[in-house]
Formats: sequence, structure tokens, C-alpha cells
Amino acid sequence: MRFAARVEVTLRDGIADPEGATIERALPALGFTGVHDVRAGRSFRLSVDAETKDEAIAMTQSLADRLLANPVIERATVELSEH
Amino acid sequence: MAARVGVVVFPGTNCEHDAAVALEQLGAEVRYVWHHEVSLGDLDAVVLPGGFAHGDYLRPGAIARFSQIMEAIGGFAASGGPVVGICNGFQVLCEAGLLPGALQKNAGLTFLCQPTELVVTSVASVLTSGAELGQRLSIPINHFSGSYVCDEATLAMLRDEDRVILRYADNPNGSVDDIAGIASTAGNVVGLMPHPERASSAILGSTDGLVLLASLLDAVPARR
Repeated sequence: MRFAARVEVTLRDGIADPEGATIERALPALGFTGVHDVRAGRSFRLSVDAETKDEAIAMTQSLADRLLANPVIERATVELSEH
Repeated sequence: MAARVGVVVFPGTNCEHDAAVALEQLGAEVRYVWHHEVSLGDLDAVVLPGGFAHGDYLRPGAIARFSQIMEAIGGFAASGGPVVGICNGFQVLCEAGLLPGALQKNAGLTFLCQPTELVVTSVASVLTSGAELGQRLSIPINHFSGSYVCDEATLAMLRDEDRVILRYADNPNGSVDDIAGIASTAGNVVGLMPHPERASSAILGSTDGLVLLASLLDAVPARR
């Protein structure tokens, strides 16, 4: 089966996020007040062939941890749906 | 006999010639090592120079760490061979797990290209063995992702084991504990964001990088 996977990579809690902080500081100037805790990240979309959904999740999580994210500072979360 | 130094070239590396010229000026025999090579041959030391290996896609060093040559470099490092990563080379060594921690985007989110004042805070490494503790060096930086980060346990370990070899006198990028360069436990693997090869001649504005590169070359006979 082919699954549509989305991997979101964000900085771990406690790791400074200068990008998120800069975005947050820019918002009031545009009239958006009351927005907090902005964290920047990246997302990846992949199509994954696997026998089962669990297998697809395991493989995607593995490749995300090995390549897409640097586990020292980042965390990868995987979401999956059937094609 | 001249020290044989390999300067590793990935697609996107751009400081290999600067590094080679600076090392040759100190008497080294330099060979460029392409990332697809599988062996380091008879090299005495390895330098991973600055640049943008594989376009810095994904993260600086994230793709380069899977290059064929990295396996040989890992083996060389494990056997005590001197390995120095400068700037992008430092990022590659961290991604490869040969040095702890990671290099994050600069705190100010700007690309920094400027002279920095460094303080030698450990001489227990192949790059600082010839320097003096507390010595101040003027060496330029040239990076966007140079903010060193690691967890508290790693930082405590680096301090306890005397592995923070260089600190910024005036932290330009938000690095934890003002860290500009670190070494492995044995001191033979070193990573630093500043570019000693760009401070290797009076016409470049500083010769302070020479003491570091000379230390590296001095580490070679000790191994032979």
C-alpha cells in the first residue's frame, strides 16, 4: 500500500528558536496582538510504500530521525494517511 | 618529512584552497580528498574546510555526513588521527557524531563575516597544543549557522574534560558558553567555527591562525 506521510521537524523545547522569536516580534507591527510561543519548523511530504500503516510509520519515523531531523536539537513527528 | 594533510572536498566546499595554501606555507604536503573516495591512504591529518557542502540543504552537514569518505574519517579519528573541521567542516563533524552538540542559526539571524577575538581556553587538542592558555587570537568568522548548542550534560562534560578549546571574547552568534571550538575526549578531533586559514598572512589582516595550524602539523610526528 502507498501512504502519504507528513513529517514535521521542530526544535526541541528549550532550544532557542531565533526564527520563531523574530516572527513573533514582527506580528504586533502588523496588528496581530496576543500571539505567543511561535516556533518555526519545517515540514516534509513523502509517499511511502509499505505492507501496513504501522510499518510505514516506523519507516518514516526512522528516516526522519536519521536524516530529516538532527535529534540533538530537533524532534520529528510523523503523520500518515492512506493514498 | 613533511606532514601529509588531506583537505576534504564536498560539492559546495569553497575554502579548500585557502586551507591548502595556509598549510603548505607551514611546510605541509596537501592532498585534496574528494568526498567519494573511500580511503585516506597515507595521510597524517585531515582537514574538513569551510563552505556549503551539498548546498547546506536540509541542514549544514546533514547530507555530507553520509558521504563515502566519512566512514574512513571516522575510522581515522577513532585510531587517534588528527581531524579538524573548520566552519562547515565543524558542522559536518557534529552531524556525523564525531563531535557532540550541533550548530544552530546565529542568534541574530544574520550571516556574520567579521574578525572575532578568541581566547584559548584549552591546549589539550591537536589544534591548540602550541598555543598558550588565555592567549587571545584575532581570527575571522564567516557563517550563518554558527551558534553552538548542546544539552546541559554535554556542556558539563565538555567543561570537566577540558574540551572547550576556544571561546569568543565577545559572543557574536549566541553560542552556548561562548563556545567557538571544541575537541573530542582524546583531543584529536577538533571543530571550530572561526577560519584560521583566513588569519594566516599579514596581508589578510592577521597571522593568529598560524599557531593553530602549526599545532596541527606538530601533532603529526608524535604519531609516526
